[in-house]
Amino acid sequence: WKQWYQRRVRVEDVDRFSNPKISLEQYPTDPHLAANVLYTIQSGYGDIEGRSIVELGAGCGILSIGCVMLGAEHVTALEVDGDAVEDLTENLSEFEIENVDVVQCDITSPSSLFREHCFDTAIMNPPFGTKNNEGIDMEFLDRALCLCRGAVYSFHKTSTRDFITRRMEGMGYHVAVLAEMKFSIPQMYKMHRQREVLVAVDFIRVSRDPT
Amino acid sequence: MKLLTHNMMKSHCKGVVNGFPLKLSSTQVEVKEVEFNADFITRMLERLEWGALVDAASQLGVADGLPEMAPSSGKEVEEEEDVLRKIHHVLLEVEITEGELECPETGRKFPIKNGIPDMRLNEDE
Repeated sequence: WKQWYQRRVRVEDVDRFSNPKISLEQYPTDPHLAANVLYTIQSGYGDIEGRSIVELGAGCGILSIGCVMLGAEHVTALEVDGDAVEDLTENLSEFEIENVDVVQCDITSPSSLFREHCFDTAIMNPPFGTKNNEGIDMEFLDRALCLCRGAVYSFHKTSTRDFITRRMEGMGYHVAVLAEMKFSIPQMYKMHRQREVLVAVDFIRVSRDPT
Repeated sequence: MKLLTHNMMKSHCKGVVNGFPLKLSSTQVEVKEVEFNADFITRMLERLEWGALVDAASQLGVADGLPEMAPSSGKEVEEEEDVLRKIHHVLLEVEITEGELECPETGRKFPIKNGIPDMRLNEDE
């Protein structure tokens, strides 16, 4: 499936952010990485096929599109930036994806836009809090747990692993680090002096059950 | 925006006590066939606010055949495939492409354009 997904979602074909905004930490999730993590979620836990999924901070929609391709029954993609929403819409149309509802909203708004625990699974590649928005990755995590009744799959800087684990376990959740990786964030912004920046990142699963 | 999504959304305006459901008005609606999955519909039943679903569906003129009371997930429902198919149609096959959502307490309106509701609030809201 991974090869099929990577063939279908070739890097060149997915519209990247047409107008990336530095304050939102926008960069597209690498399709190879997306294929690997989505495959892990489905083959390891069965949390995509036949499920209702919410993606927080969907950006260009690479993860949402992958979920539909893996048999998700319905995906709700949340994204605040109008330009990204346009890119997402174009991608949905280009890949002929149905069953994705896009809702333009700010995930960090104090009150939730959704009733609690309506979705099965939450998936996200959140901003890491490096642009005067420290703590935003925890806000995304908290909101994701509020929105879904099953597991949350997310990416967080390895340097925050202990903090996140202690906090989540303190709230009664279980945390599993499913993979460690280096995110290569390309020079999309003039301020990056190097061509790309490598960040150590954990791909984690936060769940209510002890599996 | 599908009615499944509308049923899960509530107002997030500041100070609102009961922002569910959002009032729905539509100027353009499309119907698109979506593959039926009985298990999925059955599992969703207990998460739905049934009254709000029937109201929204009636508003759009697609409520024919929807039972007034929520079907309880149980053996009777498993056998009633036409009821599940009717619910599937209402939840997943009716797309509001142009319209408006409104907070029931503040009256604040949110546009739906190209199927996408814009729920962004200003700083003071």
